[in-house]
Amino acid sequence: MESMLGVVVAKYNYWLYVVLMMIGFYAMIGKRNLVKKLLGMNIFQTAIILFFVSMGAKRGGGIPILDKEAALAGAVKVAEVVNPLPHVLMLTAIVVSVSVTGVALAVMQRIYKEYGTLEEDEILDKIGRS
Amino acid sequence: MTSNLPLYVLAAPLLTAFVVNLAGRFWRGSVAILSLGALLFSTISAVLVLQQVLTHGTIHYTVGGWQAPWGIELVIDPLAALMLALISVVALLATFSALASARQELPGREHLFFTLYLILISGLLGLAVTGDAFNLYVLLEITSITTYCLIAMGKGRAPLASFNYIIMGTIGACFYLLGVGYLYMLTGSLNMADIQSILPGMYGSISVATAFAFLLVGVWIKMAFLPLHGWLPNAYTLAPSSTSVLIAPLMTKVAVFLMIRIIFSIFSPDYAFFQHVGVQHLIVWAAALAILIASGLALAQTDLKRMLSYIIVAEVGYMVGGVWLANTAAMTGAILHIVNDALMTLCLFLAASAIVYRLGDSKLASMKGLYRRMPLTMAAFTIGAFSMIGVPPTAGFFSKWYLILGGIEAGSWAWVYVAALLISSLVNAVLFFRIIEIAYFQGGGEHGHSAEMPRQEACAWQLSPLLLSAVALLAIGLAAGPLVEHLIIPALPAGF
Repeated sequence: MESMLGVVVAKYNYWLYVVLMMIGFYAMIGKRNLVKKLLGMNIFQTAIILFFVSMGAKRGGGIPILDKEAALAGAVKVAEVVNPLPHVLMLTAIVVSVSVTGVALAVMQRIYKEYGTLEEDEILDKIGRS
Repeated sequence: MTSNLPLYVLAAPLLTAFVVNLAGRFWRGSVAILSLGALLFSTISAVLVLQQVLTHGTIHYTVGGWQAPWGIELVIDPLAALMLALISVVALLATFSALASARQELPGREHLFFTLYLILISGLLGLAVTGDAFNLYVLLEITSITTYCLIAMGKGRAPLASFNYIIMGTIGACFYLLGVGYLYMLTGSLNMADIQSILPGMYGSISVATAFAFLLVGVWIKMAFLPLHGWLPNAYTLAPSSTSVLIAPLMTKVAVFLMIRIIFSIFSPDYAFFQHVGVQHLIVWAAALAILIASGLALAQTDLKRMLSYIIVAEVGYMVGGVWLANTAAMTGAILHIVNDALMTLCLFLAASAIVYRLGDSKLASMKGLYRRMPLTMAAFTIGAFSMIGVPPTAGFFSKWYLILGGIEAGSWAWVYVAALLISSLVNAVLFFRIIEIAYFQGGGEHGHSAEMPRQEACAWQLSPLLLSAVALLAIGLAAGPLVEHLIIPALPAGF
């Protein structure tokens, strides 16, 4: 039991993302309100973005903006700077997530105009009656 | 010129998309000219690339001068080149019909529609050639986001179907991204070839297995492999006809291609198929179940487009099963089936689009007497249907033949897959003969039908690509032998 706790504490950031991800996942699958589903989707994506960002982090790591001369001379120790690549990837992933959210919001507006509600049950009711 | 050719294939529709958006505002006619021009250019370039790859071998193209593994690399192996040609040809044919339907369904908004439409095509083309795992995620999302919008342009319940697709599609893309994250943590690389060369030392690790599982489930959601297919039928049925003629033939097939890419370019067939034989068997059995259930569901439908959507789900089962049977015959069958299925689905959806154009809906009940009203459309539809069933001279027969051969070769455990294929062919026969029965024999039997059923074909924009795709199905069927030898066998991934 103690070792299990050790595993959790040592990698607490990853456990946090797992929890966040499951919250998002639950909201996407389990909630009946479309806005809540969308919020769940955002939480889900954020968890993955955090996962990537923490992947590049190093204890005591500096900003990865290097002096060209020093870098060419080999005076930069890789252990002393944070790996910037995952962060850059996540810039792209954030753009993707923003665009998906934008599209989803626009689609939701059309749903609201059509049915006057964003509750899935009520929408399905209206579809069933028509 | 020739060295940049692969990039031109993708760049032409992408850049034209923005030009269409601007020019279409001032002059409606420019939309058709620009879209067709760009796609014709892509098609010609893609065919040239295919020819080049077949004679000189795989092309590695470095984008922007940043060398791989740091920069993004396009890898055009024979399979990718084949996909490039397939996607551009199907897109070009679909565009003729989409132009006509869009004018009817979305009057005044064609330029917006075709902006998204062209971006979607360049995304699909990009998926076929990219050699970078993260770039693949970005392109996957480009295709998905444009598809969400295109589906939501439909009437009535379409936005709701689109919203469900957004939720499911995002889960799929996020799973894929998570898998890429695992791989990056393990190898420190995003280039597929680089990852493949680093991974073998870690094949025992459970993290590699997790990454593999996330990547696979991600693309399975995108391709609507049966337990994950929930979003597809509604989305494809309710989408405007002009959208569904493009996404129905291409989206799922490209996702199947991505699965092949993941298995053969990121991992290795050894790892995927033979280290865990139980998993391999499980997936083939799941594919067999997918085929059976989806065919059963297709039987229950009363709407042509919805029925075709369920058939697509069943066809995905064919291809996933074929790939996971992991022998030469089945792999040949799976790749040939990607080509054939794209063309068969194109043919059937073009016919459905022409029917919707004239009748206003795609209910089976309203198709009575359609053979007299639209004889050419229905003739092409019949060829597409025969191909879907697998009647010999048509293309569908040969890929099914190879898939069944592969199933038999794989051993006794694969009997479920072979049985599912045969049963599904029977079900398809029942499905399509029911339609033929309704459209040929029913309707206006008692009173003079010639007066109330004037001959009224779809317009030439819709009819010509439809007839071309039907002819292509016959041609591929008749030329199946040389085609397999010169195009499919070289396209088989290394190791087969």
